[in-house]
Amino acid sequence: MAGGKVVRVRVDPEKCQGHNRCKALAPALFELDEYGNSKEIGDGIVPEGQLEAAYLARANCPEMAVEIIEE
Amino acid sequence: MAQDTTRTRPPVTDWTTDWDHLDPQWRDNPFPIWDELRGKCPIAHTQRYLGAYLPTTYAAVKAISYDTTNFSSRRVVVREVRPEPPMPSPPISSDPPHHKPAKQLLLPPFTPDEMKKLEPRARAICNELIDKFIADGRCDAAQMYTRHIPVRVIAHMLDVPESDGDQFIQWIHEILELGITDDDILMKAVHEMSMYFAGYVEARTKKPGDDLISRIIMARQDGKPLPPQEVLGMIRLLLIAGIDTTWSAIGSSLWHLAKVPSDRKRLIAEPQLMPTAIEELLRAYAPVTMAREVVQDTIVEGCPIKKGNMVLLSFPAANRDPAMFPDADKVILDRQENRHSAFGLGIHRCVGSNLARLEMTVAIEEWLKRIPEFRLDPAIPVTWSEGTVRGPRQLPFIFS
Repeated sequence: MAGGKVVRVRVDPEKCQGHNRCKALAPALFELDEYGNSKEIGDGIVPEGQLEAAYLARANCPEMAVEIIEE
Repeated sequence: MAQDTTRTRPPVTDWTTDWDHLDPQWRDNPFPIWDELRGKCPIAHTQRYLGAYLPTTYAAVKAISYDTTNFSSRRVVVREVRPEPPMPSPPISSDPPHHKPAKQLLLPPFTPDEMKKLEPRARAICNELIDKFIADGRCDAAQMYTRHIPVRVIAHMLDVPESDGDQFIQWIHEILELGITDDDILMKAVHEMSMYFAGYVEARTKKPGDDLISRIIMARQDGKPLPPQEVLGMIRLLLIAGIDTTWSAIGSSLWHLAKVPSDRKRLIAEPQLMPTAIEELLRAYAPVTMAREVVQDTIVEGCPIKKGNMVLLSFPAANRDPAMFPDADKVILDRQENRHSAFGLGIHRCVGSNLARLEMTVAIEEWLKRIPEFRLDPAIPVTWSEGTVRGPRQLPFIFS
């Protein structure tokens, strides 16, 4: 929860090429598979205090594969 | 190393219609050329190299990187000759659908967790090198420091003698620089590399270890081992792709920190900036330019592109595009939004990007710990490599 809204991150597996930028910037939100491709941890819900990291991860993905969904 | 090849080339007078990446102007300072082209002619053409395009905007470089239908990776270097068939070195020279299985063999040994295991050896290599020249108060950092770091780390990964590094560097010089204009030199170097590694492949097929050569031998594609020629091709690729690229990136970073004392002091005072600083130095001084071959007529960003030409895919130029990066010509160590393309875009993203980042981080950290104050020696020029990979090859520092 952040600001009363649920914010989630999601990695588009079709776009991710394993640059590893999201994992480096927001290690609490992303995990890597055996090939180094990234995936959101669990349901991708961004805890309070991780919002900035989530936006940084999106702002640094060269493939535009990181999405932020506000519900 | 400056090459004889440029001495006999007609100088470029119009970069929009006659560009040449072997021109000394490009070698010494390509940035104004790219800035001019981006404004005047974002996809320039040249009749040199049997016909080739040069995109300089991020949008065009990205569009071409993503379009594997019209732009093939069967040739990844713009050269003056185009031998048929091109020499395959999967996965860098592969197109879909063959690319993915070949790449997936190489990815697991290069994940961030695997790279962390190399960190102690990488730090030790840096300190062994610094020990040799620190008392002199000066050094050519390109020849005495940056040159040796990636080659020794990759030798360590392959479990071959680190002392063979100079031979590896000679082969890469012959393939990536001299090979642009001289196919005989390139073929001889490829042959010598294959001979060198064939012995290791044979020995480790019988008795595998936990090194990278053994891991490639043991890898299975559809349940079957790779043919020996492909094993050798992958080992050659790892060596060619992993040495002068990172040598160049570390060298350009130290060159920047020598030139801009405020950035050097800031990085020492705020070491937590290292991750963003590394990405910014990669953006600003991306060493690697790849290539594609146009296999069908198409249109990119409104520009007609004709089959049979090559494309010089300049990730370094894309990284300086102000439409993508505000203050693109400035190095901002804490740049927050940085989707740089130094490791490529799309399916051919550099397999060794995590290794390169580790080597850059370690090399710069260890240097700054031991030699926090250094400057360029005004009496000796800085020289740059030419061709596919750009970085300093003579880097005279004073630090006494």
